[in-house]
Amino acid sequence: MQKTEIAVIGAGPAGLAAAIEAARAGAQVTLIDENERPGGQLFKQIHKFFGSKEHRAGTRGVEIGVDLLEEAKRVGVITRLNTVVYGLYHDKCLGLACGDHSEDLQTQAIILATGASENVLAFPGWTLPGVMGAGAAQTLINIHRVLPGRRILMVGAGNVGLIVTYQLLQAGAEVVAIIEGLPVIGGYGVHASKVRRAGVPILTSHTIVSAEGGESVERAVIAQVDNRWQVLCGTEQTLEVDTVCLAVGLSPLAELAWMAGCRFSHVPTLGGWVPLHDQDMQTSVPGIYIAGDVAGIEEASTAMEEGRLAGLAAAGTLCHLSPEVGEIKKSEVRDRLAALRWGGFGEGRAVAKRQIIEARCEA
Amino acid sequence: MRVDVHPILGNAPTGKSIILLVDGRPIKAIEGEPIAAALLASGRRVLRHTARHGEPRGLFCALGRCTDCVMTVDGQPNVRTCVTPARDGMVIESQVGLGRWKHLPLEKEE
Repeated sequence: MQKTEIAVIGAGPAGLAAAIEAARAGAQVTLIDENERPGGQLFKQIHKFFGSKEHRAGTRGVEIGVDLLEEAKRVGVITRLNTVVYGLYHDKCLGLACGDHSEDLQTQAIILATGASENVLAFPGWTLPGVMGAGAAQTLINIHRVLPGRRILMVGAGNVGLIVTYQLLQAGAEVVAIIEGLPVIGGYGVHASKVRRAGVPILTSHTIVSAEGGESVERAVIAQVDNRWQVLCGTEQTLEVDTVCLAVGLSPLAELAWMAGCRFSHVPTLGGWVPLHDQDMQTSVPGIYIAGDVAGIEEASTAMEEGRLAGLAAAGTLCHLSPEVGEIKKSEVRDRLAALRWGGFGEGRAVAKRQIIEARCEA
Repeated sequence: MRVDVHPILGNAPTGKSIILLVDGRPIKAIEGEPIAAALLASGRRVLRHTARHGEPRGLFCALGRCTDCVMTVDGQPNVRTCVTPARDGMVIESQVGLGRWKHLPLEKEE
């Protein structure tokens, strides 16, 4: 059976950062991803990141991705692509499916950095070709360089809806409107201002009633909702669109953590069911760590810091770092994380994260 | 509907041009791009039809999770076209429901 000291599952921002940090400390690290290319969703993030200089604010996600890949290579991370982790057995053994065969990988510590998937919204016509996730549209335009449609309705005015709208405009599509069920815009003001300046109306307290068309989307009906989310009769309007993008939140992809028997908590602020973890990102199962969106939906910048924390902690328990040095390095990362979870948007997540950590300590 | 010029990403990288045979008709694609991206670029949005009601389905998640985009590729049904790279000469067919396996020769003749 093949062996590795630390297996990191998922080669997005959290997994890459975790693998780099653990390998830098001297651990043997295997980074596993089911896709053909590493980077997770980083390479479609063509906007500049927020934060401070330490968080590489002002740098585009795609550039950070290139740097992380180079660094992972430099510090000796073994990367296995096109490899699905289908099972997580007792004693931290992983079942891998790679193309036409399967194999086992015996590990001493596991870092789950499996990310998230987009939520869907069901309405009449939602299965028609032309209705898709906003993240799907973002992948198409920024990675594959193909437009999903010409005239687009965006559902959801959180950061994903706002950012993908702007990027659809950059790619040459027309976004007819952004609708948002809440009475307020959920995303950052700076993103909302950008799309408004570009002429895209943001209609709050609006929902999609239906998508219509023969074999694919030809139009969408939207309407205003009251404060109990009920459609107000007579406010329906029909928009001539060929594409409807859904930006209605993300949910952690935590199947492997469930399989491992980790304890969970339901935290709406963090996207739903989240594995409990401590200050070191360790779950309720010793030796299994989590980082990034699987540990609660946030951003790539926080995902990378959580990855670093998990990588340092896992390498520390395998004695690659002295407890003193490990503690100093981890507290630096924790300070940077705290700085990212600040302000109107970050504060709610900071509170939710504290609850997760407290619940883990009591578990 | 390809994004050839982009204000941030610049010109699209030039890839090797290949041909896919889609339901008997040739379409142009770029080697290595997902089959679904090539189909979308050629203007095709309907990828399959459901078993019971014959409803159309297209690309939905583009991540390989939802399986809405499955088609029959080189005789193998239920291939996720959003995460399967296009190769020259691939034979791609729409399927209804779960599709059907076709007999494949053990070795492809050159």
